[in-house]
Amino acid sequence: MAGELIVQVEGLTKRFGQRSVLSSLDVRIGHGEFVALLGRSGSGKSTLLRVLAGLDTEVEGSVRVEGTVSVAFQQPRILPWRRVWRNVVLGLRDQGRDRSLAERALAEVRLDGHADAWPRTLSGGEAQRVSLARALVREPDLLLLDEPFGALDALTRLAMHRLVEQLWREHRPGVLLVTHDVDEALQLADRVLVLGQEGRIVSEYPLALARPRRIDDQLGVRAEILNDLGVTEYAST
Amino acid sequence: MTISIAGDVVRAPDGQGESPPPGRGRRRRRPDLRRWISPLALVVLWQVVSATGLLPPDKLSSPWTVLQAGVDTARTGELGDAFAVSVGRVGIGFVLGASVALVLGVVAGLSRWGNYLIDPPVQMLRTLPFLGLIPLFILWFGIGEQPKVMLVALGVAFPLYLNIHSGIRNVDDQLIEATTALGYTRWERLVHVVLPAAVPQTLVGLRQSLGIAWLALIVGETVNADAGLGYLINNAREFLRTDVIVVGLVVYAVLGLATDAVVRLIERRALRWRGN
Ligand SMILES: Nc1ncnc2c1ncn2[C@@H]1O[C@H](COP(=O)(O)OP(=O)(O)OP(=O)(O)O)[C@@H](O)[C@H]1O
Ligand SMILES: [Mg+2]
Repeated sequence: MAGELIVQVEGLTKRFGQRSVLSSLDVRIGHGEFVALLGRSGSGKSTLLRVLAGLDTEVEGSVRVEGTVSVAFQQPRILPWRRVWRNVVLGLRDQGRDRSLAERALAEVRLDGHADAWPRTLSGGEAQRVSLARALVREPDLLLLDEPFGALDALTRLAMHRLVEQLWREHRPGVLLVTHDVDEALQLADRVLVLGQEGRIVSEYPLALARPRRIDDQLGVRAEILNDLGVTEYAST
Repeated sequence: MTISIAGDVVRAPDGQGESPPPGRGRRRRRPDLRRWISPLALVVLWQVVSATGLLPPDKLSSPWTVLQAGVDTARTGELGDAFAVSVGRVGIGFVLGASVALVLGVVAGLSRWGNYLIDPPVQMLRTLPFLGLIPLFILWFGIGEQPKVMLVALGVAFPLYLNIHSGIRNVDDQLIEATTALGYTRWERLVHVVLPAAVPQTLVGLRQSLGIAWLALIVGETVNADAGLGYLINNAREFLRTDVIVVGLVVYAVLGLATDAVVRLIERRALRWRGN
């Protein structure tokens, strides 16, 4: 766990009516640390992310998040009536609405030349990169990613992994990446957390391997994580 | 239809000089001359049956006579005065009705209590056939300018309110949430997300309400008027001047088409992000 903490969550409980989706959950994320959060569908990953993003404040427990936070969702959620660059500067609330900043952020996500395009003309992967540029342009201390590659095809997803890894290395935000994809987590994260059905982190795997990584070198951890997720048939192989 | 085509051609050359991806040429509708064959034939036929006496002028004047009547009334200033009076009525009525619709629609769209208090009565009142209110309006406002302007205002207010209201209500929550996550305040979200998102629906309402505005004016003027196009038409009826009646009708039609073209122009500018 690197340096100071940027996220410190203790005893977080979130109820929807009678049902507790998160119960007494603890999470810590260090400055510049890349954390992946895995968990079965409905386990409460998005709920946790929304709490960290400040979108849901009706919770019990203590939640401390420091610095600037950015979120990229599964859908790009860009405003269709604004040209691409104007969507990007949405990320800069008060610090001016400088086109050159938008263009720099767009260049970083390999979208140079699309600054004046309308969102409807973008492909799914391009729109997702605009969303990423909007998140990055404000130089966040914490980047929350909720399955941002989930809707993309496999090839684009791989390209996006490389891009995110590179951006993370350059800007060093703390990252919480919610994903369904175990290999994605093994590829990118410093640490993998598994959220169990009972609404708590049930296991945690620090990954020390240098990047770029190969899945083949991590088959052991992979099997353990899959086991945590209830996919037992691969556990023994 | 001529008007909308002209609108296209006028619009094509500008375009801010920064059309996004190259090679994506603007679609330009070219007027298809074949579509003019039958309308022109009908006018010729009309002229022929009038000239041969099959269609007596006290039922319907020939197109040529209508044209002459148009030129004459324009030259004496009669047509221009009537035109100005009628346009003035629609203008004032529209501004009145649109202001009320805008205020009510925005308040009901944005505030929970506004919605509880404003929407039910408006939804109930809109089921009234508003043209049926003329007798009441005459009792309330007399027979001067007021009932005509109020009729237009009423006709304008409902479709515009309904569309503004639903445009604001149906904003995509996901977009709101994305800007909330960026730290935008309620006011900033209103400016950057809610209002722009409601624009397309509002323009639909604008188009409907302008169509109704002309209808309301025509009905209001037909019932009673001492000036304006309706007066011109009614007066002509007393003297069996079917040519002047047709001139009045043509002017109404042109005004309707012209306002429609203006809205389309606004739509094309404001909704460029949607393509086509
Ligand atoms: N606003 C809400 N009201 C009621 N229940 C909710 C609400 N939001 C989420 N839930 C419930 O909380 C549980 C966790 O939802 P969440 O979206 O966090 O799951 P998730 O882990 O992100 O799943 P997925 O991987 O499918 O995205 C689900 O059972 C869901 O039905
Ligand atoms: Mg989710």
